[in-house]
Amino acid sequence: MADQKVISRQTGVEDSQYKWGFELDIESDVAPKGLNEDIVRFISAKKKEPEWLLEWRLKAFRHWTDQGDEAAPKWAQVNFEEIDFQDIIYYAAPKSGDDAPKSLDEVDPELLEAFDKLGIPLEEQKKLSGVAVDAVLDSVSVATTYQDMLKEAGVIFCPISEAVQKYPELVQKYLGSVVPYSDNFYATLNSAVFSDGSFCYVPPGVRCPIELMTYFRINVADSGQFERTLIIADEGSYVSYLEGCTAPMRKSHQLHAAVVELVALKDAEIKYSTLQNWYPGDKNGEGGVFNFVTKRGAARGENSKISWTQVETGSAITWKYPSVILQGDNSVGEFYSVALVNNYQQADTGTKMIHVGKNTKSTIIAKGISAGKAENTYRGQVSILPGADNARNFTQCDSLLIGDECGAHTVPYIEVRNPTAQMGHEATTSKVNDDQLFYLQQRGIDLEESNYMIINGFCRGIFKELPFEFAMEASQLLRVSLEGTVG
Amino acid sequence: MSKSDKLIEVKDLRVSVEETEILKGINLSIHEGEVHAIMGPNGSGKSTLANVIAGRPGYSVTGGDIVYKGQSLLEVEPEIRARSGIFLAFQYPVELPGVRTWQFLKSAIDAVRKENGEDELSVREFDQLLEEKRNLVEMDPDLVKRSVNEGFSGGEKKRNEILQLALLDPSLALLDETDSGLDIDALRIVSHGVNVFKSPEKSVLIVTHYQRILDYITPDFVHVLVDGRIVRSGDSKLALELEEKGYEWVRESVGEEVNS
Repeated sequence: MADQKVISRQTGVEDSQYKWGFELDIESDVAPKGLNEDIVRFISAKKKEPEWLLEWRLKAFRHWTDQGDEAAPKWAQVNFEEIDFQDIIYYAAPKSGDDAPKSLDEVDPELLEAFDKLGIPLEEQKKLSGVAVDAVLDSVSVATTYQDMLKEAGVIFCPISEAVQKYPELVQKYLGSVVPYSDNFYATLNSAVFSDGSFCYVPPGVRCPIELMTYFRINVADSGQFERTLIIADEGSYVSYLEGCTAPMRKSHQLHAAVVELVALKDAEIKYSTLQNWYPGDKNGEGGVFNFVTKRGAARGENSKISWTQVETGSAITWKYPSVILQGDNSVGEFYSVALVNNYQQADTGTKMIHVGKNTKSTIIAKGISAGKAENTYRGQVSILPGADNARNFTQCDSLLIGDECGAHTVPYIEVRNPTAQMGHEATTSKVNDDQLFYLQQRGIDLEESNYMIINGFCRGIFKELPFEFAMEASQLLRVSLEGTVG
Repeated sequence: MSKSDKLIEVKDLRVSVEETEILKGINLSIHEGEVHAIMGPNGSGKSTLANVIAGRPGYSVTGGDIVYKGQSLLEVEPEIRARSGIFLAFQYPVELPGVRTWQFLKSAIDAVRKENGEDELSVREFDQLLEEKRNLVEMDPDLVKRSVNEGFSGGEKKRNEILQLALLDPSLALLDETDSGLDIDALRIVSHGVNVFKSPEKSVLIVTHYQRILDYITPDFVHVLVDGRIVRSGDSKLALELEEKGYEWVRESVGEEVNS
């Protein structure tokens, strides 16, 4: 069964806990290191982009250079050496990607094999059942499955570079409409150099018949990944979108600065789920991905709903705050998160819920797990603007500590400018309790499994928000990430 | 009665918690098929004895030995003791938020089976077994769908312990104040579960403050534990005598013996 394969990705480096750490042997077309206007033009030309998009990129690039590296956000509770932005490759594509394949039959068999090895089979006969996959390797999308079924439903799901060619008016209308190019340092960088990513448009009244998934993979050494995802759910539509990510083990850090924009119009709903498993670095904190990501959804129409669910187990540093702007009256925003850090990993993650419309409602449930010498911060902002009558928010932050060398921090910002708002905030910090462990052991369950069961239980409320196969995989990821944390 | 094999032998066991000696030389032998009751006032060390046999961390054994099925237990991990047939019904069963009772029970039974070289139970086999045992302890079927012990009443938690006893079918059941806090109906149900478990091959050690549970489960031997020592042993009549005269009576009579 194809979906079983994903659940047990038994491939990869044997004596390592990170089972996705192998390098794919794919010939790549790589831009020279460094960032300047020529690189921006080079990327745009590679993608055969229209003039307006090149101009938008250049605007972003100039904004980024004008503000300088000092504009990089410093407020997050993460420590790392300054990034040399001239020492990064901004464009890397598998060689075969140059003449984009028209169907899966034309996709380089080596690529298919490579993704198969990652547990993401792309061939028609082995496809994940019920999930349409867009596979993005380094800077380009290599394959998108289930095109026919989507076409029938009228759903557009394709690489964003392809959308720029085929649906320029949609892209031009919505690109940067939720995260403007000037939004923040990393989003600005992304706007200048974004390479690929997924585009999805669900037409009015359509319930997308299958789960959509983008699988991201950084492969080329010293390359950054700057994907851009744009999802639009038109009036009365529904879509569930999943994203998964891995990278090879490397001694140096890799930068991942993505931007995701979601737009939900009247009565539309977008459910966005992430399993983030970028390489976290080794036991001593060497290597690993810097995951600096801007994700934001606009619940633009009345009764619209945007729901973020994330399971963050990878990356050396995670800096991301999937947010919802609740513009439409009665709109709903949700954020469900599990962030697990081990060894020297650092995570500063959370959400922003900006209540603009009346009767808007947001829910935040964040679970942080810290082990080893890792630091985990929940940072969240809830703003109730003056026009947001009867807005409601409920926030719950639970932290779990394993061992005595790690840290958990909770930093909530609450801004209420309308007296009718109802706010609730709960926070707990706990340790895996010896009595709980002994109870399980007394029933014959070994210590490591007992520990896993307790932590999995701690996350259960979040996992149940994930589509079934993803929930199974999230549990597996948790198990692998927790290896060696007890005993 | 002594024709059957010796299941467990506690030999001159001394146990401390943070420098304080709790058990001061306990000797106790339990043969297959026997039911023993340990009675004693609060703080006498009776729960410590049950927990040390099960291997709970936090206690240091400073002397003596516990021999179970012919082998010393002292260096054996708690999960291995459990798999070899030692079961502790907890005085205070912990809550495991988010861990489904059904999953927990199946993991436990599979862990024991695996140790015995048996295959894991299929979902169907397990559900059948669970249904049978759940009826034995008259437990609400909804409870197995919930997180372990979370939001369970005191009685439900204790019944859940006896459900686990029935499912895991160990060789030695240690009941740590299982009767405390139970109303009369729950006590009856719990006792019934233990009586069904009892057989010529199975042994039970009941740790209790009150004689009450012994009206339902008749012990072969009663031991009175005071201040870390077994000061008196007898048959089930001893329990009744204790109930009548109180622990002061034993204390006084022990004092007399010591003084004389």
